[in-house]
Amino acid sequence: MTKVAVLIETTDNEVKAANFGVLTAAHGDGHEIYAFLTGADAEGCKAVLGKYGVGAIISIEGDGADLQAKPDLKAKAIIAAMKEYETSVLLALSSSEGRDILARVAASLKVPLATDCLSVDISSSTVRKPYFSGKTIATLKMNGAYFLSAIRPNAVEPAEAPAEAAVISFTAVVGDYDGLVVKEIKQSSSGKVDLSEANVIVSGGRPIGSEENFKILEECADAMGGAVGASRVSVDEGYAPHSIQVGQTGKIVNPRLYIACGISGSVQHFAGMKTSKVIVAINSDKDAPIFNKCDYGIVGDIFEVVPALTAELAK
Amino acid sequence: MKVFVCVKNVPDTAANIRVVGENSFDESIKFLINPYDEYAIEEAARLVEKEGGEVVLVTVGKESAIKTVRSALALGSHRAILVTTDKQFLDSADTAAILQKVMEDDGPADIIFAGKQAVDSEAMQTAYRLAEGLNIPIASDVTEFSVANDKVSVEREIGGGEREIIEMTMPCVVAASKGLNEPRYPKLPDVMKAKKKEVKQIALADLGLTLTSETKLVTLEQVPDRSGAKIIGGSVSGGVAELVKILREDEKVIS
Ligand SMILES: Cc1cc2nc3c(=O)[nH]c(=O)nc-3n(C[C@H](O)[C@H](O)[C@H](O)COP(=O)(O)OP(=O)(O)OC[C@H]3O[C@@H](n4cnc5c(N)ncnc54)[C@H](O)[C@@H]3O)c2cc1C
Repeated sequence: MTKVAVLIETTDNEVKAANFGVLTAAHGDGHEIYAFLTGADAEGCKAVLGKYGVGAIISIEGDGADLQAKPDLKAKAIIAAMKEYETSVLLALSSSEGRDILARVAASLKVPLATDCLSVDISSSTVRKPYFSGKTIATLKMNGAYFLSAIRPNAVEPAEAPAEAAVISFTAVVGDYDGLVVKEIKQSSSGKVDLSEANVIVSGGRPIGSEENFKILEECADAMGGAVGASRVSVDEGYAPHSIQVGQTGKIVNPRLYIACGISGSVQHFAGMKTSKVIVAINSDKDAPIFNKCDYGIVGDIFEVVPALTAELAK
Repeated sequence: MKVFVCVKNVPDTAANIRVVGENSFDESIKFLINPYDEYAIEEAARLVEKEGGEVVLVTVGKESAIKTVRSALALGSHRAILVTTDKQFLDSADTAAILQKVMEDDGPADIIFAGKQAVDSEAMQTAYRLAEGLNIPIASDVTEFSVANDKVSVEREIGGGEREIIEMTMPCVVAASKGLNEPRYPKLPDVMKAKKKEVKQIALADLGLTLTSETKLVTLEQVPDRSGAKIIGGSVSGGVAELVKILREDEKVIS
């Protein structure tokens, strides 16, 4: 029997849909799945976590410490829970939060960690993950006392495995730490879909030409419940914020559908979106390199094609 | 102020990677400074240009990494330490242990900069392990940095475009992301001067470390590019109608 802990990410007390793939990766013959939850209402998450095979929700608190403001203490509390419930495996989303906490846990326990995994095999302690930004895939075998892995959003197709989830409160003795404190969280324009977890992304490149013109991409993305991305050129030219850059030095995204509008298709751009299920390119140059490595293409001016696409989607 | 910067020698992101054997690749391609480390080098240089002090680069890599170390020295750093190994890929825990030993031997710094990840093995954790080893705080994915009253303040990107404002005591580790700054281009005189700067080479074996190597690279597989696109022709309205039909009915990626 393997006891697998999964670090659950929530927004406003709701379990993010991106967790379901991670929970699915935790499934296995005789696996007992523990959902580790901090800073969220565990009772409210019971039904949805049970649906994906969670047997126990461990609602973790520090003894008076603010775990959200002190990630080092949060890591300490998670380690205490791993020891208490004897979970030898810890999985999380390969998001900025998941990677940060897992790296702190791994460093503190001095055990291996693999991030940005496309798949994990718990029984053999191996993972598959990109090396060289998706040009190759590496299989890593980890031989530590614990098996820690952060899984790329949307990499594992969610599968339900109904179970009855019990809520257990766990208070960890973590002491205090003032070396690092999160002072404030600056919100972005709220309500936007997170790029790394989005199912549909519409991205714009150089010819977009201005911040205002991103609106045509937003409208198109909205019509599919998706998010907007950008090439590095659009970011460096100031048309879009860094936080939505896709690629080598930007976000890694993994949607079902990626629509590249006026993007030439550099290796560095593909580094961030290569694993998308379907890639569509809209480009006025029929010889643009992107057409050689995507699934569908429309040769045309983005300012004509994108609004037409938005209108068609609304039909 | 003394500042260390961790710099990795990696293949050019534009290079083709050809897998050789079970878990190696053809290394006869262009190598350069890991892109994220460029932001780290720049931030360190700006800090020391303002506050005074020295920037010391630390690289763990093959002997051929010396070229990359020299090019990094032209970007406002003072000297470098290169620990030579015969492997391109080390376990992150091992790399961190090596960096830690070198830094302890060289004497403590006020701040250590690194890139948030290396673009070859993409493990995204070496900086955390180094900080843990040195028992100092760490923030990664950093897009803004400042120092005041012996405290470091950084902005770190989290999901959905939100940012955390974090305060750390010094010394600490800061792992850079794109957006932290605009790295400078080296000028010819800087490149010339860099040739004369001190690079201390240490063979890994001489550090006397016992490495754990708990992560093994079993295989490396090439990922083929997709084949060419199916081009949807015709009028704009006809084309988008066909595309939407394909995405809904054949690919089932939208509803
Ligand atoms: C270390 C490093 C890291 C990098 N990281 C990234 C990264 O993270 N993300 C990234 O994107 N890039 C990255 N790059 C940059 C990358 O190499 C390319 O320069 C960049 O992706 C090009 O952006 P683009 O496609 O928007 O612009 P361009 O290459 O200029 O392409 C614009 C495209 O738009 C088409 N076009 C023009 N007008 C129209 C129109 N009206 N309608 C339709 N199509 C039109 C053109 O035919 C062309 O194909 C990186 C580079 C390096 C060296």
